[in-house]
Amino acid sequence: MTKRFFKDGEHWVWLNAGAVSLCLIMVVGLLVFIFARGAVHFWPHAIASVEVVDGEGQKQAYLGEIYDQGERYDSSNSKFYPQQLFKIGNRDVYGADFKWLDTAWVKKLDYPEDAAVLERREWGNFYGYILAVKEDGKRIATPDLAAQRAAAERLTARNRVLAEQIKDIEKDEIGRINYALEEERLRARAYEVRGEAVPAEVLADIEVRKTLLQQEYKALQKQLEALYGEAQRDEIYVRLADGSEKALPAHKLVHAFFPNSLSLPAKIQFFGAKLWEFLVEEPREANTEGGIFPAIFGTVLMVILMSLVVTPFGVLAAVYLREYATQGWITRTIRIAVNNLAGVPSIVYGVFGLGFFVYFLGGNIDQLFYPEVAPSPMFGTPGLMWASLTLALLTLPVVIVSTEEGLARIPKAIREGSLALGATKAETLWRTVLPMASPAMMTGLILAVARAAGEVAPLMLVGVVKLAPTLPLDANAPFLHLERKFMHLGFHIFDVGFQSPNVEAARPLVYATAFLLVLVIILLNLIAIQMRNRLREKYKSLEH
Amino acid sequence: MMENTQTFEARMRELLSQESHSRYHRWRKLKDRLAKHGVAVGGISVIIAVVLIFFYLMAEVAPAFEGAELTPAGDYALSRGQEKPLHLAMDEYGEVGLRVDAGGMAQFFDATNGKLIKEHALVLPAGAAITSQAIAANDPQLLALGLSNGQVLLVKQDYKISYPNNTRVTTPELAFPYGEDPLAFDEAGRPLSRIAVQGDDAGLVLVGVVEGGKALIAKFSLQENLMTETTELAREEGSELELNGAADFVLLDGNARRLYLADKRGSLDFYTLAGAEPRLMERLDVHAQGRELSTVSFLLGSNSLMIGDSQGGISQWFPVRGEKGAMHMAHVRDFQLGTAPIVAIQPEARRKGFLAIDTAGKLGIFHATAERTLLRHELSAGALRALAISDRSHRLLIEDAKGQAHFFAVDNEHPELSWSALWGKVWYEGYDKPDYVYQSSASNNDFEPKFSLAPLTFGTMKAAFYAMLFAVPLALGAAMFTAYFMAPAMRTLVKPSIEIMGALPSVILGFLAGLWLAPFLERHMPGLFAFLLFLPLMLIGFGLGWQRLPVGLRSRVGAGWQGALVIPVVLLTAGLSFAFDQPIEDALFGGNMPAWLSNVAGIGYDQRNSLIVGIAMGFAVIPSIFSIAEDSVFSVPKSLVNGSLALGASPWQTMVRVILPTASPGIFSALMIGMGRAVGETMIVLMATGNTPIMEANIFEGLRTLSANIAVEMPESEVGSSHYRVLFLAALVLFMFTFTVNTLAELVRNRLRKKYGSL
Repeated sequence: MTKRFFKDGEHWVWLNAGAVSLCLIMVVGLLVFIFARGAVHFWPHAIASVEVVDGEGQKQAYLGEIYDQGERYDSSNSKFYPQQLFKIGNRDVYGADFKWLDTAWVKKLDYPEDAAVLERREWGNFYGYILAVKEDGKRIATPDLAAQRAAAERLTARNRVLAEQIKDIEKDEIGRINYALEEERLRARAYEVRGEAVPAEVLADIEVRKTLLQQEYKALQKQLEALYGEAQRDEIYVRLADGSEKALPAHKLVHAFFPNSLSLPAKIQFFGAKLWEFLVEEPREANTEGGIFPAIFGTVLMVILMSLVVTPFGVLAAVYLREYATQGWITRTIRIAVNNLAGVPSIVYGVFGLGFFVYFLGGNIDQLFYPEVAPSPMFGTPGLMWASLTLALLTLPVVIVSTEEGLARIPKAIREGSLALGATKAETLWRTVLPMASPAMMTGLILAVARAAGEVAPLMLVGVVKLAPTLPLDANAPFLHLERKFMHLGFHIFDVGFQSPNVEAARPLVYATAFLLVLVIILLNLIAIQMRNRLREKYKSLEH
Repeated sequence: MMENTQTFEARMRELLSQESHSRYHRWRKLKDRLAKHGVAVGGISVIIAVVLIFFYLMAEVAPAFEGAELTPAGDYALSRGQEKPLHLAMDEYGEVGLRVDAGGMAQFFDATNGKLIKEHALVLPAGAAITSQAIAANDPQLLALGLSNGQVLLVKQDYKISYPNNTRVTTPELAFPYGEDPLAFDEAGRPLSRIAVQGDDAGLVLVGVVEGGKALIAKFSLQENLMTETTELAREEGSELELNGAADFVLLDGNARRLYLADKRGSLDFYTLAGAEPRLMERLDVHAQGRELSTVSFLLGSNSLMIGDSQGGISQWFPVRGEKGAMHMAHVRDFQLGTAPIVAIQPEARRKGFLAIDTAGKLGIFHATAERTLLRHELSAGALRALAISDRSHRLLIEDAKGQAHFFAVDNEHPELSWSALWGKVWYEGYDKPDYVYQSSASNNDFEPKFSLAPLTFGTMKAAFYAMLFAVPLALGAAMFTAYFMAPAMRTLVKPSIEIMGALPSVILGFLAGLWLAPFLERHMPGLFAFLLFLPLMLIGFGLGWQRLPVGLRSRVGAGWQGALVIPVVLLTAGLSFAFDQPIEDALFGGNMPAWLSNVAGIGYDQRNSLIVGIAMGFAVIPSIFSIAEDSVFSVPKSLVNGSLALGASPWQTMVRVILPTASPGIFSALMIGMGRAVGETMIVLMATGNTPIMEANIFEGLRTLSANIAVEMPESEVGSSHYRVLFLAALVLFMFTFTVNTLAELVRNRLRKKYGSL
């Protein structure tokens, strides 16, 4: 029996089965892994209070999350000691967010109910116990958990309102004034560039506007100062794990919560709130904390612009190749070439985009239409428009191939029927062929979008930045600023994961971002696959 | 069919036009025609846009391989042309020329037309004449003139640049940073027949040859006199060398640490001045058979000696560290200008290029490291005697033996790029031997960029190789099983999931590989190898065991569900392998495999290494290969399969003997496409390796690929620079490689389709 097994090659079949299952395990495992690691980021983790006596007999006490397990190798006696990684936060006190502690050193480990996590705008999280707060110059003691929670609630609510007001003024109002001032400067500069003197009435007008804007600016500045003064009023008094006390400025506080005393529904609610914050907030602390809204926004906007370019051109090319061009070796060559462009490395498109679009086209556009902005480039530097165009070129083969496939699947009988009824070729195309091929075009577009959303390498060359000061879409005319640089989910992952100063602390956020990106791309692909299958089924029946 | 439609259409049109000329019909016809032309224009322009990529990349790369070009920009007689020139120079912009002649006159003139700007008669002591001259290797503006009374006069060119009315105006001046009076060098007052100099803000080193076969070396330091607020030179130390015969050429390097003395017959003495006394490092013969030395000059950085001979040859020599650590001179490469003796060799100021002229009126432009002869040009003027090039290497001034000046504009943008510099082994200054080096930038100023694409191409191939090593068995095995053995219900689940795997952004795979897999495998390396070793055994064992189970139990699981059955087996093997990882590591590798590898086995280990890249990129490549291979296996006609089975072949035998040969072109094209993807992948290699451009096949060391190199360096590259063109070339190489591979795959697939379409 065994001999027969090997003679028939059954063992190969089992090995092949192993290959399939290994592939499946890897795919599913990867998705589950990213999901688990990403979701953990939003969950309120218990805070352990740990007391240790380290190898030199020093007593230490910390508050923190247990973050990882590991081993310490001691080369003096070639032994391994199990260790735990604690996220102890308080970067301003300890210098680092993380600490490895030998499990054997731990003398006491418990989860005190009143251990608080204070999320701050600077210096990362603070782990400690709230002793009292100073509100409006009065010190209010917080003897029990309820009082602490109430105090934290009050302070964060107040902060939120003030921060909102400050942000409105700083980002929107002052941003608008700066934009308008720059416009006025360019207006005057445009005359200079043309070698003309600025007409007196224009000059006067510019001056008046500038003065008005500056007055407005001064008023806002005053308002801001008042708000900042208001914000800096309060303080929180906290106790660290080792018993020392510290006063924290309350206006840096974003959230305060007591994870050890949260019930399960409260934890779930907290999870949801954190997730929401992640999606709609802006990043803090060099992208290692806060949300990823600008990256989502940038990705979506770039993909939309790209779709606007790639769809008409891709469809046009496909229609030409399939319906109009004479089918000969030239068309066949073109088809193969287009097919193969899909396999050209994306970085090559990036190089092309940078050289051709940015430096060549952009440089010439600047010279012809925006001479007044020189020497700082407007379109002659990587930006949203060039990124969209580059990706449109990159995804063009996807759309062409998919649309062509759709056109080829439409039975000849339908075209002939339409022509026989007296329709011209254009009418046949427009009224019958294209509507029937629209799901194929849709599929192509979805695949293109999925590819564009995940592409990073070319974008690094043509317009993505780690931190864009302004969104490419805002309230200042012309509203959509194609020349601006933008943020992108994929690049965000690369940047935070590999180039951030505090990789360890930022890692959960990277996993969360990665999960979001994977989710979007898989959904898009599943939709595309579904549509393709439905299209195939639909026209199978027509072929008979 | 196509013809039918067309004739049908034509007939239709005819009918329409005959029947009526109503405006409606005309309008419809117009629309039809508009649509036709519109679509054609649109479609063709898209295709042109796509072709444009290729041509644009070519156009950006092409200038890198162009030779130099000379444009004559003026010929004129020099006002003191009858006097022999000692020194000819130009300012940075090539606008102002300076000529110092043997009569002691320094003239600044407009380089384009010879119009005199300023004249300066050098003040020489009574009765003294200029007997020798030299330029400092560290400062080409500094000129030392050796006099017949043993004194040295030091002169510096100074160009003041001002911008009145936003236009550049250069005002040339002569400066005397070491005093206007000649410096007493040989206290015995002997004439200096040869001289060499090195000077900076701190002081001066002079070397002079005097009669009696002696060379004098003296060091002076600049000291500020606080009383008079003037600076004075103070002699610090001096020494004397006995010469080995004559010294026709004396050269002192820019740090005043190496001294070269050579005579016409080709004997070269190489001294080091690093110690208290000069020490002879090597005495060697540098001349070729039957040739005499006619000129010797440094290259930029004063490491290389360019030795010109009497038959138009130029050879490059520089010191290298020998096996015992001692420095010795190495003959690096040769150039040939013509057959006449070389008169002068002029190094370029900002790169390792040089120009040479000879007595037959020939001018040559060369680049040393790239081993390129960029231009050989014969002037009609006959013998030439001096030349100068602007610091920007864009203006050239040549003086012929009749005192006539010839001014040229030079277009020589990328001399440092050549086929041999990009792909071959290059012997760089300071290296022991020729090597493949990629190093595009460094912190110091006189750094020479090294653009060998060989390590990058090697890295690309290495990454692709390991990725394919991981991906091919898995992808092909999975494809064969899915297409042929798997139950259809399971197939509809498996195929999309593996295709989804292909849609995962590579940035995510790269990030997981770099931040999770790399540290994980560093700790659990033996587990991985145990898994790879035991998985096949476990699978076969499970298969054997399964066969021994009673038929009743076996038949509960439908045929073709083995894939699902072995999932627990794979998981179990993985679990066991990594659970026993530590004991294996303790038993075989002293507890720490990476440390064991580098310390005991002598294999270098990086945390982010090719193994990580292989796994991560393999993961990205699997779906591409799987999808196409699966399609081609699945589309093998059922009649063939059934025929084989009916003849008594087992399913696997049918697979190997019937299906695989039939599907082989498809499988080949799948492999090609997978290869194309692995070669061009950027983010994974960028994140999962250390990006070090090394040429080591070692799986535990990192690499740098062409694509990652572009991603890293492109944003900082200056537009139009050689570096920029090299990166474009890298992109072009990637483009052509993947395009060729994909086209090949596509052609093979098309042939397959034709061949089996009829079956």
